[in-house]
Amino acid sequence: MSEVYKIVSEIERNQIIAKIAKGKRLDGRSLDEYRPIKIETGIVSKADGSAKVELGDTKVIVGVKVELGAPFPDTPDEGVITLGAELLPMAFPTFEPGPPNFDAIELARVVDRGIRHSDIIDRKQLCIIPGKKVWILFVDIYVLDSDGNLFDASSMAALAALKNLRLPDVKVTGEDVELIKDSMKPIPLKGKLAAVTIAKVGDYLIVDPDSSEERIMDGRITVAFNEEGKICAIQKGGESSFRYQEIQKAIILANKSSEKIFSELSKVM
Amino acid sequence: MLFEEKIPEKLIGSDGLRLDGRKLDELRPIKFEVGVLSQADGSAYVEHGKNKIIAAVYGPRELHPKHLALQDRALLRCLYRMATFSVSERKSPAPSRREAELSMIITQALQPAIFLEYYPRTSIDVYIEIIEADGGTRCASINAASLALADAGIPLRDLVAACAVGKADGQIILDLNDLEDKYGEADMPMAMLYRRGDVTLLQMDGQFTIEEFNKALELGKTGISKIYQLQRDALRNKYLSIRDEVADESEVKVEITKEVEENE
Repeated sequence: MSEVYKIVSEIERNQIIAKIAKGKRLDGRSLDEYRPIKIETGIVSKADGSAKVELGDTKVIVGVKVELGAPFPDTPDEGVITLGAELLPMAFPTFEPGPPNFDAIELARVVDRGIRHSDIIDRKQLCIIPGKKVWILFVDIYVLDSDGNLFDASSMAALAALKNLRLPDVKVTGEDVELIKDSMKPIPLKGKLAAVTIAKVGDYLIVDPDSSEERIMDGRITVAFNEEGKICAIQKGGESSFRYQEIQKAIILANKSSEKIFSELSKVM
Repeated sequence: MLFEEKIPEKLIGSDGLRLDGRKLDELRPIKFEVGVLSQADGSAYVEHGKNKIIAAVYGPRELHPKHLALQDRALLRCLYRMATFSVSERKSPAPSRREAELSMIITQALQPAIFLEYYPRTSIDVYIEIIEADGGTRCASINAASLALADAGIPLRDLVAACAVGKADGQIILDLNDLEDKYGEADMPMAMLYRRGDVTLLQMDGQFTIEEFNKALELGKTGISKIYQLQRDALRNKYLSIRDEVADESEVKVEITKEVEENE
């Protein structure tokens, strides 16, 4: 985050910390309480799959576009999933127009790792002719309104958009691939994924930080779980370190919150 | 794009209606919403037919880089961008020449409405994101951006309302959709400070006779007057809902008092 991002008035910082010490937060939540989640799918008809997630005031849209193309040489029998993220300049006062910066790239990569390592999508099913033709999925994350915890909101939106994705059946003759109209089907997804971010503020751990809490936090840790409760990806961020016990505590907190995300995702999946 | 688009044989049916069932001088359904984002100083969302667009305003604020600063007024900067999934064929995330041109003409369409001289050496930044495009995005963007400017509390001479007119199958039509824009004979987007009668955007491609042009201009003005009214309603609705919230003020006061006591 840029330096301007970190400037918080003394009074705001003191107020947030004083509240947290009493087990409460500025918006009235308890330390382990997640904000309300709203997930909508199929919001962009020109996209092949799409979803919008509202996490408190944070708003993220994800759209998926598909193309036929060549696989990577080292995985000739697997389809390709490309994740991109844009922190739109409309989303926050210090976000600037231009190519994705470190924050946007980190966001895309963390969401990508969660989806990749939770084995939700079998990439082999996206292969049409090994070594020649596979489905290429462009999953693009657009952050419209940034009130904190973009990792969790984007993960939910990406997953919901993939669930909303429809691909046509194909007819293969030799090396020709013909797409069959009116045969759009969802791709099979194995289970779900929940990414949960925990912020460290002084000696306290809080779940799902909003933007004012992110401005004063010392560090954050994002943990992605699959539905069996297995950890699929972790990303620690921020300038400060976590103590050994804090890491263990954060994992437990995150695991608890993942249930709420799974139940919200179940409504659209 | 997975499947090729079918090119329509005719844009206007024998019943005199257009492909989407509209009359020649009929607008698509339009929905405006104001104040949709939490961090921006002002914002607006528009659904215009299948177009879905968000506009946000930041400013007047400190201008970076400083050498762009104008000594006698604010610098207005509009940025028009399309999401990769907003169109049939995936749009590359890199900025295109089309986006650059539209950003500029949208800036010029809005500029005359703003009292920029009130805020020397600052910038007013307008960000426009096309979530879904279906013809006429520049006009819908101007409508949304002008509402977002009003929502940000920036003093305006008037709202800017915009609408396209054009020609399909030899007939003058209002508010072209994507197919009419692509396969019609002419397309003319226009924007006005309606109450003042100032035209701030006028572009055209295709072919019009002078008579057709005059007819189109008049039809465009009629369309703009309807959109202008919808914009005013959207702004008014926002403040009506705030008034309702204030009506419950007494309850809020009790809560605040409680919180103060708690902190003491």
